[in-house]
Amino acid sequence: MRYLTARKRAEGKGAAHSGPEHHWHMMVSAVGLALIVPTFLFIFGRTLGGSHAEVIDKFSHPGVAILTGLVLFVGLRHFNSGAATMIEDYAHGTARKLLLIGSTCLTYGLIATGLFSLAKIAL
Amino acid sequence: MVQLKLPKNSRITRGKTWPKPDGATNVRKFQIYRWNPDDGQNPSVDTYFVDMDTCGPMVLDALIKIKNEIDPTLTFRRSCREGICGSCSMNIDGINTLACIYGMDEIKGDVKIYPLPHMPVVKDLIPDLTHFYAQHASIMPWLETKTNRPAKEWRQSIEDREKLDGLYECVMCASCSTSCPSYWWNGDKYLGPAALLHAYRWIIDSRDEATGERLDDLEDPFKLYRCHTIMNCTKTCPKGLNPAKAIAEIKKMMLERAV
Repeated sequence: MRYLTARKRAEGKGAAHSGPEHHWHMMVSAVGLALIVPTFLFIFGRTLGGSHAEVIDKFSHPGVAILTGLVLFVGLRHFNSGAATMIEDYAHGTARKLLLIGSTCLTYGLIATGLFSLAKIAL
Repeated sequence: MVQLKLPKNSRITRGKTWPKPDGATNVRKFQIYRWNPDDGQNPSVDTYFVDMDTCGPMVLDALIKIKNEIDPTLTFRRSCREGICGSCSMNIDGINTLACIYGMDEIKGDVKIYPLPHMPVVKDLIPDLTHFYAQHASIMPWLETKTNRPAKEWRQSIEDREKLDGLYECVMCASCSTSCPSYWWNGDKYLGPAALLHAYRWIIDSRDEATGERLDDLEDPFKLYRCHTIMNCTKTCPKGLNPAKAIAEIKKMMLERAV
């Protein structure tokens, strides 16, 4: 129990002077994803049931490969920002920091794996 | 991590059932949260029966009747009994509201009354609002000016004055903040809808000259950006105000100056 005044408790360490850029990033990436995800899902859906050669052929097309790369990169970065918000909401202290590190590692691991696989298909 | 279960000494037990009033034909059952910090017991829910033929129409009327005629130890805050002071805010029938302006005809079945959720309880229906008030004080709820005081008064156009409508009416009852999940989980850092509505009231005031400083103080992932537009605040506000919109307006102003 620390003997702090109510006002000092409420003020805490003051404002971190960040937040708008996260808010803006989430809004911009949400708009971007609203445009590219349906297109990607449409293309992905059309390849379902196709042969291995047909799928490779479809995803080695420059337009489709770039679109897939964008979905991977923008989508997973959006996921990371959203997951960070969720973690900050529900976890506190060391658990919060560890989960934030974990979700960031997972995100960039998935981006790297996805882009590597895409490069193998497309190039 | 978030606590999903109450600690052992906070779990609610069955309380006392008080006798029905003699000869009453129109009786209503009230289940009311009780906790006394002095007896070392867990909180309980006591059951009371109120004769509605001799009781006023509002929930506060019934509480006052219970205190006067049945159980004088029942503790709750009240003052103006007309929705102006914000003292009698509590959770009635699952809704955070003011007991003085919440009619019993709006409630189906038994009347269940609890203190405002997720706040430390002082006794029975009285929450500890110390931190809530300190957060309100931290947003500097007063006119900040740098220009020399005018000879007569700070002037304001009718249009600018109208921008304060829907903001200045807040009575700080804490119904909104205590209905907000973000405030439940991060109330130590997140200012909550009531304090942010007041912050916006001063940011948007055409006479105030500390807009930049006020926005600086709010530019924080926790103080402001814990609001996820859940809208519980707007839904529960007993005065019909819209704190969620005020918060959205602050976020918009933050973006306007950053992007």
